[in-house]
Amino acid sequence: MRGRPGLVTAYRRDMSILPTTTQRVWFFSFCIVVAGLTFFLSDDLASRGASAAAAAIGAIGLNLVTGWAGQISLGHAFFLGVGAYTAAALGGESGGPLIGLGLEMWIWLPAAGLVAALTGLLVAPIAFRLRGLYLAFVTLGLVFIGEHIFREWDSLTGGIGVGRATAKPVLFGYDLSKEGSFAGFTLSPEQQYYLFALIVLLVMALFAKNLVRSRTGRAFSAIRDRDIAAEIMGIHLSRSKLIAFTVSSFYAGVAGALIYTFIGFVEPRTFSLTLSIVYIAMILIGGAASIMGSIMGAVFITFLPRIVDLVAGVVPFIEESPSGGFLTVVQVEQILFGLLIVVFLIVEPLGLHGVWIRIRNYWKAWPFSY
Amino acid sequence: MTERLLDVEDLHLSFAGVIAIDGVDFHVDEGELFAIIGPNGAGKTSIFNCLNGVYRPQRGSITFGGKNVVRMKPNKVAQLGIARTFQNIELFENLTVLDNILLGRHLHFTYGPLAAGIYAGRARKQEIANRAKAEDIIDFLEIPAYRKSLVGMLPYGIQKRVELGRALAMEPRLLLLDEPVAGMNVEETEDIARFILDIKDELGVAMILVEHDMGLVMDIADRVMVLDFGRKIADGAPDVVQRDPEVIRAYLGEEFHSTELHSAEIEAAEAAIRGKGSS
Repeated sequence: MRGRPGLVTAYRRDMSILPTTTQRVWFFSFCIVVAGLTFFLSDDLASRGASAAAAAIGAIGLNLVTGWAGQISLGHAFFLGVGAYTAAALGGESGGPLIGLGLEMWIWLPAAGLVAALTGLLVAPIAFRLRGLYLAFVTLGLVFIGEHIFREWDSLTGGIGVGRATAKPVLFGYDLSKEGSFAGFTLSPEQQYYLFALIVLLVMALFAKNLVRSRTGRAFSAIRDRDIAAEIMGIHLSRSKLIAFTVSSFYAGVAGALIYTFIGFVEPRTFSLTLSIVYIAMILIGGAASIMGSIMGAVFITFLPRIVDLVAGVVPFIEESPSGGFLTVVQVEQILFGLLIVVFLIVEPLGLHGVWIRIRNYWKAWPFSY
Repeated sequence: MTERLLDVEDLHLSFAGVIAIDGVDFHVDEGELFAIIGPNGAGKTSIFNCLNGVYRPQRGSITFGGKNVVRMKPNKVAQLGIARTFQNIELFENLTVLDNILLGRHLHFTYGPLAAGIYAGRARKQEIANRAKAEDIIDFLEIPAYRKSLVGMLPYGIQKRVELGRALAMEPRLLLLDEPVAGMNVEETEDIARFILDIKDELGVAMILVEHDMGLVMDIADRVMVLDFGRKIADGAPDVVQRDPEVIRAYLGEEFHSTELHSAEIEAAEAAIRGKGSS
């Protein structure tokens, strides 16, 4: 029996993220294809891809606190903002009218995460006594407070309607925002952003995956499912919630720093309730309590405008110009957005990840239906 | 004489004027199987909640292993070694059987969140070591086929076993079993009885059993305490308690004059009480 392919004889193998050889082969091929796309994507697609990868980091963060630990947070936009502005302050051009220290990326990227995490740590205690809708309301307040600070703190954010340039993506003297070359290929800034965001996403997704499959993540799930039973098992509820909020905010901070650095510009009104809801939509559509789902949801939501544009080219009554026609692209986008949340909640609560599992299981058993 | 493990004195608990526990005293020795019985609403589960730290009794003391556990938070009580199962299953239903049992072993892990995220060295070693222990429990309870199933999808009888496994996984000194065979058929009840006796004999864990199945209680308990309306009305060996006139009256009302109590009759009385929807 030993040596039969697929026979697991050690707990270490059984407990690894990719226990079977098939899964490993598929996963690494997938990674190579996605990374290889760097060289073939147009700048527009690469830039969207970079945003999607960065948004996926933020979505993983929200999923940790909401999907795993079950603490509904509407305050994610605030932490994204904290990350974006920390990055802008530390990595922005120095000597201008706005706060900017001109530091390198290896400082400002972790710092953006850490400052956001610290903010999360300070905010977490409100989750000790509240849960469900009440917690959602209080974290909603956080967004309003954040928005106010971002609007008023002109020397940091540039103020409403003005905004500011964000951090310079310079890593050990290498400027990602300038054209570079790799293995004979010329890489545009967008392509470099894409590749960089993928690497950060891979590292952070791996960390999150490890977190949720071990002691800490199990405690999160336990709190979500049965908090009293969890406490009787010896889980320190407050400490676990604190960890969930802190780690989640760290992810949001890094995501915020990356997204707006790639765009190159940030305006204080960005970090509104709508942005929080976009992230909630990502994890609902992608799949709650799933790393792969968070990534799928982020990619889907980020590429939604692109998809709508494509549809608008085919369907006659959707106009691309904002004023004309029966429906504009933006309107369709918003309708789809709402519709998708509702449809996924009703039809597939496990999200895109659930759809994927179902397809996979179907093909596993093919041609049999059971 | 065996070592005293748990000592409860003069326990009082009330909710806004409704008295749930009214001056109950009892003790449990090391390795003993102690049963608490009584009609619905007698305060049995409330006693468990006090022992766990979920409820704070207004008066009285609970001494476990020489420490007073009144006012301790549930997670601190867990650290002292009190584990529990619930009357209405309180499993983490979106997790697998394995994860549920590993959660029972939460206190046997010592690494922090950073180590968890990196998942190397100590974290990995502890995960693997605890996985092996969890597998021992899965073997003990004869549920290896379900180890990777989501708990919420499992049949009721298996869920009850998983819950027992989760409590056992804590390696407790005292195990509180709240109606472990409620709603089970004869075979399932026999299985659980066998597990309980094995836990007692092989692992030497002291247990408090709250149960309505009189046959089971009288067969396996070392000592029985009977509660009625939050008061202790009898306490002693099973055969003594079941002949106690107070107990018979509490269970079957004034009219009933038999000196021997049959479990079938008690079940009938129980069914009548439950029919009123009091649980």
